Amino acid sequence: MSRASRLLLMVVMAQMLLSVLGAGAAHAQSAAPAQSAPAMDRNGSATGSASDLSPSAQGSKLTLQSLADEVGHNKVATAFIWLMVGFALVFFMQAGFALLETGFVRAKNAVHTMGMNMVIFFIGVIGWFLVGFPIMFGGMGHLTTLGSIVNLNGMLEVAKGWGILGTKGFAGAGIYDVGVLAFFLFQLVFMDTAATIPTGAMAERFKWSAFVVYGFFISMILYPLFGNWVWGGGWLSQLGANLGLGNGYLDFAGSTVVHAMGGFVALAGAIVLGARIGKFNKDGSPNAIPGHHIPMAVLGTLFLAFGWIGFNGASTLAGGDFRLAMIITNTFLACAFGGVTAMLIMWKQFGKPDISMTCNGALAGLVAITAPCAFVAPWAAAVIGVVAGGLVIGGVFFVERVLKVDDPVGAVAVHGFNGLWGVLALGIFADGTYGAGDNGITHAVTGLLYGGADQFAAQAIGAVTVVVVALGGGYVFFKVLDMIMGIRVSPEEEIQGLDLPQMGTLAYPDFSGSAPDWVTPHPSGLGSPPGKTVPATMTSVSLDEGGAGA
Amino acid sequence: MKKVEAFIRHEKVEEVRDALSQIGIEGMSFTEIKGFGRQKGYTETYRGAKLTIHLRPKVKVETVVDDTAVEEVVAALGEAARTGNIGDGKIFVVPVEFAMRIRTGETGPEVL
Repeated sequence: MSRASRLLLMVVMAQMLLSVLGAGAAHAQSAAPAQSAPAMDRNGSATGSASDLSPSAQGSKLTLQSLADEVGHNKVATAFIWLMVGFALVFFMQAGFALLETGFVRAKNAVHTMGMNMVIFFIGVIGWFLVGFPIMFGGMGHLTTLGSIVNLNGMLEVAKGWGILGTKGFAGAGIYDVGVLAFFLFQLVFMDTAATIPTGAMAERFKWSAFVVYGFFISMILYPLFGNWVWGGGWLSQLGANLGLGNGYLDFAGSTVVHAMGGFVALAGAIVLGARIGKFNKDGSPNAIPGHHIPMAVLGTLFLAFGWIGFNGASTLAGGDFRLAMIITNTFLACAFGGVTAMLIMWKQFGKPDISMTCNGALAGLVAITAPCAFVAPWAAAVIGVVAGGLVIGGVFFVERVLKVDDPVGAVAVHGFNGLWGVLALGIFADGTYGAGDNGITHAVTGLLYGGADQFAAQAIGAVTVVVVALGGGYVFFKVLDMIMGIRVSPEEEIQGLDLPQMGTLAYPDFSGSAPDWVTPHPSGLGSPPGKTVPATMTSVSLDEGGAGA
Repeated sequence: MKKVEAFIRHEKVEEVRDALSQIGIEGMSFTEIKGFGRQKGYTETYRGAKLTIHLRPKVKVETVVDDTAVEEVVAALGEAARTGNIGDGKIFVVPVEFAMRIRTGETGPEVL
């Protein structure tokens, strides 16, 4: 032990001794009421009183106005704290996606897949700061629960009340305000959730350079555009005010704004990329390409469910909105019913309770409940989860066997199809107890089952719109990008696995099977792949390892 | 000298090692291998798609023994590795021409 750490230990021990003595003294005081020195507040009943008001509201300065200001400050404080907790929870979903997707791909692509799930976050932050947030929220008006003094008042409209994109706050200009930045942060992690979804469907063949360009495109343009129409005060949110369709198009926490956006961009990307080598036989029948680490995927699924507490719960944007308990309950009901339904179907159909599909079922339930979670009763959340669990399996088979599209992780079925189901379910099951005032409409949100056919119509319009924007916009983008720079790696790189040629390192260099034989070339040059020179980094690795193959 | 080479189940490794040690065999090698015999591979489904595993994992045991011990070794090994079900594996005996202990340079059956 060094002298410094010995000294530190002595200080710590001395402090512990003092605190024990101090506690004893306090105990003596409370036992002898004659002593009037203030006791420590052990049960919390004396902490927080008029003396804790800000100086401008104390004593003779205490007026009804100053007291009301204090109450208002505290109300906004609960919103701030709840949003920052939500931000942290949703941020952690990035880890969930990284594990889920990487578990479902082969070991030779693990660095590439996990790398995309991390780097997309950083790219997204930059895109969101420069362009994304302003387009999505630059015209949404006042923030109702965050007490912001900045009015986000730049909206481009095609006609009065038909906004299509925001125009205030580019690169942070004019939004230097605590309320706006709290909102900026919370919305940032939602955007990054959408942005990371397509990396799963496009895994094992997506060229890194094209991925980087894609990251800027979705965070700056595609996600904020549709987001503006729903959450930023744009035209879909005004369907109620303009056309009398219920409360306008509603998507509470992002079944479509986040998930269907990600899911259908994923479908577009997977179509343009084409299937992985070996996925489909000549007759079109699919082959299984098992993921290399199912436990990792299971852990990722659990992380995602954990993050969903913030994803849905904190989307109240207010800590004092006690509906949040209902929202989180509904969220986990749908998750559980979705997971168990998927497990039972696979078990019955194929003889084993396929855990990878059970993961997809639970996530499908979560995606589907994301839009309606605030507006429906718990029984409806259970029904929504059961449907999601079946829909995700049907969706996976539909994508694989009918569309003949290769989606290694099931992102299209989980996020795309169930995102649509989520907003439609809102239009069916919303029971008229919540959402009064949403999108400026005074009555609460009412679905088809409770007489709200107009709300269902608004939901259907939004569902069609997200498919057009995400699938159409994504397809055009990837096609153009493919023509400009190519978005797929070469067949040689794909067979080798993307980790070495694209990323320069293997995920598991010490395990056999994660690298082909020629990855550790013999000094004689034997073992090099036909027509390929071995990069210098690989040669040096093989020399350090003595050329020992796995 | 003969080499006794057996393909056995993973879960029989400890029993085989104990059985051979008990009859005085001082050295043996175990190798993780993949292959198939009459048991063939097996078919599973992964996310609803058929998945055929053609090669099963097995363990290969090798030990070189004196000609006189072969019968006893084969009997003990077979006894230890047997479950009675298909997939128990096989034993082969092959002649060994030469042996040398590298440390001392000794040659012949005494190095075993």
